[in-house]
Amino acid sequence: MEEVFNVIIAGVGGQGILTASELLAKVAMEVGLDAKKSEVHGMSQRGGSVVSHVRFGKKVYSPLIEKGACDVILSFEKAEGLRWVHYLKKEGGKVVLNDLEIIPTTVSLKLDTYPLNIEEQIREKTKAELIVIPATELAKQAGDARTANTVLLGAISNFLPFEEKIWEKVISESVKRETVEVNLKAFYLGKNYCKK
Amino acid sequence: MSKKELLSGNEAIARGAWEAGVKVATAYPGTPSTEILENVAKYEEIYAEWSTNEKVAFEVALGAAIAGARSMTSMKHVGLNVAADPLFTSSYTGINAGFVIVTCDDPGMHSSQNEQDNRRYAKFAKLPLIEPSDSQEAKDFLKEAFKISEMFDTPVLFRMTTRLSHTKTVVELGEREEVPIKDYVKDFRKYVILPSNAKVRHYVVEERLKKLQEFASQTSLNRIEEGDPSLGIVTSGISYQYAKEVFPNATFLKLGMSFPFPVELFKKFANMVKRIIVIEENEPFLEEEIKILGYTDVEGKKYIPLCDELSPDVVRKGVLGSELPHPEPLKSVARPPVFCPGCPHTGIFYNLWRLKATVTGDIGCYTLGALPPYESIDTTICMGAGITNAFGFELARGKEFSKKLFGVIGDSTFLHTGIPGLIDIVYNKGITKIIILDNRITAMTGHQDHPGTGRTAKGEPTKEIDIKEIVKACGVEKVYEVDPHKLRETREVMKEVMELNEPAVIISERPCALLPEERKKQANRPKRKVNSDICKGEKCMGCIKVGCPAISMKDGKAYISELLCVGCDLCVQVCPFGAIS
Repeated sequence: MEEVFNVIIAGVGGQGILTASELLAKVAMEVGLDAKKSEVHGMSQRGGSVVSHVRFGKKVYSPLIEKGACDVILSFEKAEGLRWVHYLKKEGGKVVLNDLEIIPTTVSLKLDTYPLNIEEQIREKTKAELIVIPATELAKQAGDARTANTVLLGAISNFLPFEEKIWEKVISESVKRETVEVNLKAFYLGKNYCKK
Repeated sequence: MSKKELLSGNEAIARGAWEAGVKVATAYPGTPSTEILENVAKYEEIYAEWSTNEKVAFEVALGAAIAGARSMTSMKHVGLNVAADPLFTSSYTGINAGFVIVTCDDPGMHSSQNEQDNRRYAKFAKLPLIEPSDSQEAKDFLKEAFKISEMFDTPVLFRMTTRLSHTKTVVELGEREEVPIKDYVKDFRKYVILPSNAKVRHYVVEERLKKLQEFASQTSLNRIEEGDPSLGIVTSGISYQYAKEVFPNATFLKLGMSFPFPVELFKKFANMVKRIIVIEENEPFLEEEIKILGYTDVEGKKYIPLCDELSPDVVRKGVLGSELPHPEPLKSVARPPVFCPGCPHTGIFYNLWRLKATVTGDIGCYTLGALPPYESIDTTICMGAGITNAFGFELARGKEFSKKLFGVIGDSTFLHTGIPGLIDIVYNKGITKIIILDNRITAMTGHQDHPGTGRTAKGEPTKEIDIKEIVKACGVEKVYEVDPHKLRETREVMKEVMELNEPAVIISERPCALLPEERKKQANRPKRKVNSDICKGEKCMGCIKVGCPAISMKDGKAYISELLCVGCDLCVQVCPFGAIS
C-alpha cells in the first residue's frame, strides 16, 4: 500500500469510538503497515463530540487527516457524520452512518437546532457513497446491543483492503473472551448488511 | 524480530521509563499527561505515586534522584507552573541519578485554560529540552534523556503535546536495563542552596549550558534529512510530522533536542539550502534562536500561526496558501460536554442557579457549571482559585455582597492547592463560604485516586485523608455535609450558611456517577418516565433546567431517554406537576 488510507470515526462520548478505532489500527498493524490513530481525551468524553483519525499505509507522518484526504467516514451518530464531511476527498469517498440521532441538551434548551435531512444533505453536497445502517438493531440480533461498534466496523470492512481472517484474529484478541462470539457475529452482520 | 505494539505517546513514555531503569515516578493527573503515571503504575519495578500536587510530585522525584534513584515526574503544562519553584532551583543543584520532567502541553487547549508553550521553561531554567515526534521516539528519547541527565548533571525537560500523548503509533519494544541505585554522598555546596552556594552553582549552570550546546550538534537526536535544497525546514515535535506530510521532499533539520540550540548543526544545514522556514506550533521558540544567530531572513511565524494547534491543513495553507480540494462544510449541531446523568454536581449547580449566587469556580468537571442551563460560575482561573478568588470578591465588594457568594472546589483540587486559601480566609477574618464538591475521585481526568480516596496509584489501600477534619483544622467552625441530590435540603443549608457572619464550608458528599459501585446501584434502579398527559412541556421546562443529558423535549413534551437515564430522582424533585415518576 503506497498511498496512505484515511478513516475518520466519529460519534458521541461513550459510544465506543475509541475501541473501534483501536481495532482498525491494530488490523492495519497486523498486516505490517505503518498505522497511527489520534483522538483527544478529557472534556470531550462527557457526552460531547468525539472524533478519531485512523491512518495507515507504508509510511504515515501526520496523525491528523487533512481536509480533502479522507477516504471513509464512519459515524456512530448522524449529525456527527455531517460534522466531518468536508474532510472527504472532493471526488468520492464513503460515508457510513449509524441510523441513530442523539439530541444534545443545547437543542432542548433551544440554543441550537438538530440538522434536518442529513442523508439528503450528504448525497447532495458530496460525491461520497452513503450507507445508512441500523447498527443497534443488528447488534441486538447478534446478541448484545453494545456490539454496535463492531457492526459498524464490519460495515466499513467492505471498503478496506484487509482479509476477513485478519479482522477475526484482531477482534478475537482484543475483546473479552466471553464476547468473542457475539462480536464476530456482529462484525459479519454489519459486513453483510452493506453488501446487499 | 522484536515485539511491536501500538502505543500512545503516554504509554510509550511509561514503557521508556521502565526500560530506562526508572525506580521512582510521580505525577498529579492532568490532561493530556495522566496516562503516563497510570501506565507506569502497572510496572512492579517502579514505585509510582499520585502526588498531592505537581510541586510535591516534582520535589519527591527530585529528592529520589539526589538520593541515587533514576526518577521521573510528569504533569500537564500548567502543572509545571505549580512546580516552577523547585524547577528553577533544581537546575542549580543538579542531580545525582537521572531526573526527567515530562511536561505535556496542550496546543489547541482541548482540555486546558491556556496555551503556554513550556519549551520556554527550558530556556528560562537553563535546562536541556527533548522533543519527540511520535511514540517510538517518546520511548527511545526518554532513555536518552536519562543518559543526558546523568552525563551533564542536570534535570532534563521532556516536552510532549496533546497530539503526541494521545496518538497511538507503532513502537518496537526494548528490554529493561536495571540501573543500580547510585551512591549518595552528602554535598553541602551542591544540594543546600544557600546564597553563597547558589552563587557558585550559577557559574556551573552557565558552563553546563555551553557544553550542552556543543552536545546538541553531535547527538543523534538532532539530524539533517537531506532532500530538495531549494527548501529547508527546521522543526521539532509533532510539527515535524505535519511538515513532512506537506513537504515530503524538502531538506529537514529535525530537532529532538531543541534547547540549547544546536548552532553548529544549524550552520551546516543553512549552507545546504536556499530558503529556510521554521515550522513550529505556538511560540516562535526555534525561530528566535535562529534569528539571534543573525539569520534574519529565516521565516516562520510569518506563515505559521502562533495561536491554536497545527495540522497539515494549517501548515499547507500557511506556507503554500492552498488547500486540498474538499466538499463544503455542512452545519451540524453544537455538542459541548455536559454533566453525566446522575452527576452529583448537577444538584449543586441547579441550586446555585436558583439562588442566583455569585460563584468562583475551580478546575474539574464542575467547570461545566459555567455553561447552560446553569451559567452559574463567574470565574475559573486555576487549581485552588475557587477559594481564593471568592475571598478577593469579598474584599472588593464587602460582607453584604459576600452573603450570596460561594467558592466551589473539588475534593482532589481542595487537597491540591485549596487548603492554603481556606486558611487565608480564616486567618484574615473573612466570611467567605466554600462548597467542596467531594465526589470521591479525581473525575475529569478519568478517575484517578487521591489522598481522600483511601487507595494509592497502585490500587493499594492506604490511610484516607478526612476532608472534614482538615477543614476544621483550618479553623472553620461551621462545617456542613449535604447530599447534593437532596435538592431542597441542600438549598436550605445554602440559605442558612449565607446568613452567617463567619466562614463556612459545605461538603457535598456524593460519589461520581461513573464510579463502578455507583453504576451497580444505577443498574438496579427503575428508569424515570414522563406522563405526557400531565407534563406542561415547553411552557414549563422545569426538568430541563436540571441539565440532565437524559432529558430532552420531544413533540413539545419532556422526554427521558431510557438509554441514558440512571434512575436518580432529580427530575422528579423539580417537576412542579408531579409528571415524572
